[in-house]
Amino acid sequence: MKMYEYQATGLFAEEGIPVLSGELVCEPKEAAEACRRLGGRVVLKAQVLTGGRGKAGGVATVSSPEEAVREAERILSLTIKGYPVKKLLVVPAADIREEYYLGLTIDRNSAGGVCILSSQGGMDIEELAATAPEKILRLPLISDEMTEDLSVALRRVFPRTEVRNQAEALVKALIRLFRRRDCLLAEINPLALDCRENLIALDAKVEIDDNALFLHKDLAALKEDETAEERSAREGGISFISLDGTIGCVVNGAGLAMATMDAVHHFGAEPANFLDVGGSSDPKKMVLALNLIVGNPRVRCILINIFGGITRCDDIARGILLAAEAVDPSRPLVIRLTGTNAEEGKEMLEKAGYAVMTDMTEAVKKAVALAGGPR
Amino acid sequence: MSILIDKDTPVMVQGITGRDGSFHARSMKKDGTRVVGGVTPGKGGTEVDDLPVFDTVTACVAATGAQLSVLFVPPAAFSAAFREALDGGIKTLVCVTEGVPVHQMIDNLKHARERGVRVIGANSPGLISPGKAKAGIMPAAIHLPGRIGVISRSGTLTYEIVSHLSAAGLGQSTCVGIGGDSIVGTGFIDLLTLFEADEETDAVVLIGEIGGDAEEKAAQFVAEKMRKPVAAFIAGRTALPGKRMGHAGAIISSGGGTAASKITAFREAGVPVADLPRDIPALLRELLP
Repeated sequence: MKMYEYQATGLFAEEGIPVLSGELVCEPKEAAEACRRLGGRVVLKAQVLTGGRGKAGGVATVSSPEEAVREAERILSLTIKGYPVKKLLVVPAADIREEYYLGLTIDRNSAGGVCILSSQGGMDIEELAATAPEKILRLPLISDEMTEDLSVALRRVFPRTEVRNQAEALVKALIRLFRRRDCLLAEINPLALDCRENLIALDAKVEIDDNALFLHKDLAALKEDETAEERSAREGGISFISLDGTIGCVVNGAGLAMATMDAVHHFGAEPANFLDVGGSSDPKKMVLALNLIVGNPRVRCILINIFGGITRCDDIARGILLAAEAVDPSRPLVIRLTGTNAEEGKEMLEKAGYAVMTDMTEAVKKAVALAGGPR
Repeated sequence: MSILIDKDTPVMVQGITGRDGSFHARSMKKDGTRVVGGVTPGKGGTEVDDLPVFDTVTACVAATGAQLSVLFVPPAAFSAAFREALDGGIKTLVCVTEGVPVHQMIDNLKHARERGVRVIGANSPGLISPGKAKAGIMPAAIHLPGRIGVISRSGTLTYEIVSHLSAAGLGQSTCVGIGGDSIVGTGFIDLLTLFEADEETDAVVLIGEIGGDAEEKAAQFVAEKMRKPVAAFIAGRTALPGKRMGHAGAIISSGGGTAASKITAFREAGVPVADLPRDIPALLRELLP
C-alpha cells in the first residue's frame, strides 16, 4: 500500500524524524490562507501516489497568497501519470545547502532489509543507479540495530561529527519505522541539510506491506492505491487489475492468469484485465468476477480459464451458472475447464447449453476470433 | 533419488484439523506420502482419519519421527507455527500459507538459516516427487514419474505446464513451487543446484514470472554452472508496471523485473523460452539427447 507524502510525513514525525510542518489543502483559496499563515515563501506539493511529480509540474515555490492561488489552481488541474491531483501539501520553503538520499527497502536476494544511502539526493534513485552507481551505498540491515558497516558509510557521507550524529539518529528512527510498520519502502529524498546545519526530511515516501495491514488497522483504513473495481474485487477475495484490451479474463491462479493474458496477446488481441479468482470454490466469486468484467464496455468476449487443483471444476460450473442468472454477459463466453472434477463441471455446463473446451491455447484462439480477430 | 522428498520421508501437517489442512493431509496420504500425523494447538489426542493430532510440533516429532512439515496455518498464526517447527526439530518446512508479512518472513528465515533448516515458500503449492510422495496441494493425477525437474513461482500455471509434459510422455522427478512471495526460503539457484546433482533428473523446466531478478540470476547460474539442459517459461509479458499481479512478488518496479529482461537473460544464457505453456515439451525434446 502506497501512502501519500502527508501521511508518510505523519509516520516520520511519530518516530522523531525531523520534518517540515505544513498544511494539507484541497482548494486554491485554502492554499492562499496556508501561505498567509506560514508566512514568507512556501512550497505547494501535489499529493499523488506516484513519483516524478516535480518533472510533471506538480511542485511550485510561491512568495505571496495571490501567487499561491494561481499555482494551486494550476497544480490541482494536473493529472500526473494517470493520478488526478486532489490535494496539496503546503510547507515553508527551506534554505537547502545539500541534498542526500536515504532509503530502506527489501532486498529479495539476501532476504533482508537494505539501507540505501547517497550524497546525491534529490533525483530519482533508479536514474542515479543507472548514471552514477558509484555514488550509491547499499548496506544490508542485519537486525533492528545500526550495523558497523552502516556507521562507516555514514562517516563517509557525513564527515562532520555534528551532522553525522543527526544522521545516525535519523537512520535509527527510520529503521524503527521500517520494522514496526511493516514497510516495503521508507524513503527520504531529498534528505536536506539546511543553512543552520540541520538535517530535515523534505519528502516522505512509504509503502506498507499489504500482507501486514491486518496488523495495522489505522493504516489499513487509509488505503487508496487502488481503483473502485480493484477495491470491490479485493474485498470479495479476488485479484483484479483493469487493462486496455477487449478480452475479459477469469482465471484461477496468478501465474496462469498472467500466462492467459500473454497468450491472448500472442494471438493478436489484448486482455481487458488481470483476474485471479483464487483457490476457493465459492460460487459468489464467479458472480463478482463476471460483474467486474461486464462493467467494462470495451470487453467483446469473456474467457474463463480454469485449471482445477484445490479449485473444483464442478464448483466453478455452479458459479458460472449462478453468475449467468445474475449477470447478463451479453457477450460471447469461452469456457476452458480441466483438472479436478472437470468432467462433472463440463456436463453441468453443457446441459445448460454452454460449450466447454479443455485446451487453453485453443480456448484463447477462439476468444480472440470472437472478439474480432487479431489486430 | 528425487530431491527434497521421497517415499520414506515422514511428513506431518501443521493446521491438520483445518479445512485445507485435513483435506490435503488425506490427499497426500492417498498419493503415497508417509504422512505420520499433525498439529493443531488444543486438538491434541484427536484424529484426522487415522492420523494422530498433537498439541505441539515437539510432541508430534517425539511420537512420530516427522522430519518434514507442511504448514496450512492462517497468516496471523503462521510465524508462531514456523518457530514451533524449528524448535521441534523439523528439517524441511513447506509453507503453503499465502499472505505472510515480509518482515516476519525475513526474521523466520534468519532463524531457519541459523539452524540449517530448509524452507520452501511461503505462498507455495509445495512439492511432489510423482509416484513417491507429495508435500503440498497439487493434483497428483496430472503428474507422471520421470526424469524432468520442475521449479516454479506459481501454482496452477505449473499444473498447466506439467500436464503438457505428462501428455508428451515427459515424466517428472520432482516439481517444486518456490512460492509467489518476494522473499522465499528456497530460490531457483538452490534448486537448480540440487537438480544438477540429482542422478534421476536429466533436464529442468523453470517457470518464472515478473518481479525481482531471480530469473536473471538463475540464467547466469545455468550458463556458468550447469551441464543439464534447462527450458523456461516466463509469465507476465503483458503485465501492468507498478501493479502487483496477484502474487505479492509479481510486480514490475522502476528498478526492473520485466518479463522481457528475464526472457533476454535466459536466451543469452542458451536457455530456450517458450512463448506458450504448451511449447515446453517440444523445447525439451530438442535439448535432450
